[in-house]
Amino acid sequence: MIDIQILDKPLSVDDCRAFIADPSCGGEVIFVGTVRNHTHGKKVIRLDFEAYTPMAISEMSKIAQNIASRNDIHRVAIYHREGRLEIGEIPVIIGVSAAHRVAAFEACQYAIDTLKETVPIWKKEIFEDGEVWVAAHP
Amino acid sequence: MTNSSFRVLVFGIAKDIMGGSKVNLDIELPSNVDLFKAHLLSVYPAFQDVTSLAVAINNEYSTGTDPIHEGDEVAIIPPVSGG
Repeated sequence: MIDIQILDKPLSVDDCRAFIADPSCGGEVIFVGTVRNHTHGKKVIRLDFEAYTPMAISEMSKIAQNIASRNDIHRVAIYHREGRLEIGEIPVIIGVSAAHRVAAFEACQYAIDTLKETVPIWKKEIFEDGEVWVAAHP
Repeated sequence: MTNSSFRVLVFGIAKDIMGGSKVNLDIELPSNVDLFKAHLLSVYPAFQDVTSLAVAINNEYSTGTDPIHEGDEVAIIPPVSGG
């Protein structure tokens, strides 16, 4: 079972647990991404996230389907937030439940690594002296 | 082949380069991804400085000779940075 959401309000780890928890599972692995206050030694004020929502949902679903089809994996939740995020806020939560922990750890790592490569969502770093779209220029 | 004013969806740094999130391009249809990207670079040379440029047709990453027809939803996908 899979839950994919893009929201413009704060994400909830409790909601993620509520979805992925199951009596057949012995382990839940939840990755929580957070907004860092610096990048390359420079102070970050906040991040602005933009999503191509229908395609982002589609690509996140592909990741979740890939994981959900693996042995041991029971439920997968991938939540991403869009809009303005302050330092310490949560742009992404990925939760995986499994019978055994090894599968859950591997699946969760795969999910965040792949999300960062394929999902059409963009973040802009806001500094005191300007703004930069992350990864846009070499 | 007919020239059409074709609306594309634009995201991230591409919005800054093209001046909007929905931009009309004058392209010959049917087209394909290679022709589309070549046209884009000729009209907006600033894309040469962008690390990479992907194209999505109807919410799927598309490349090379993948076709673009009238009515397709085409999006310009600069380097993604979610998560």
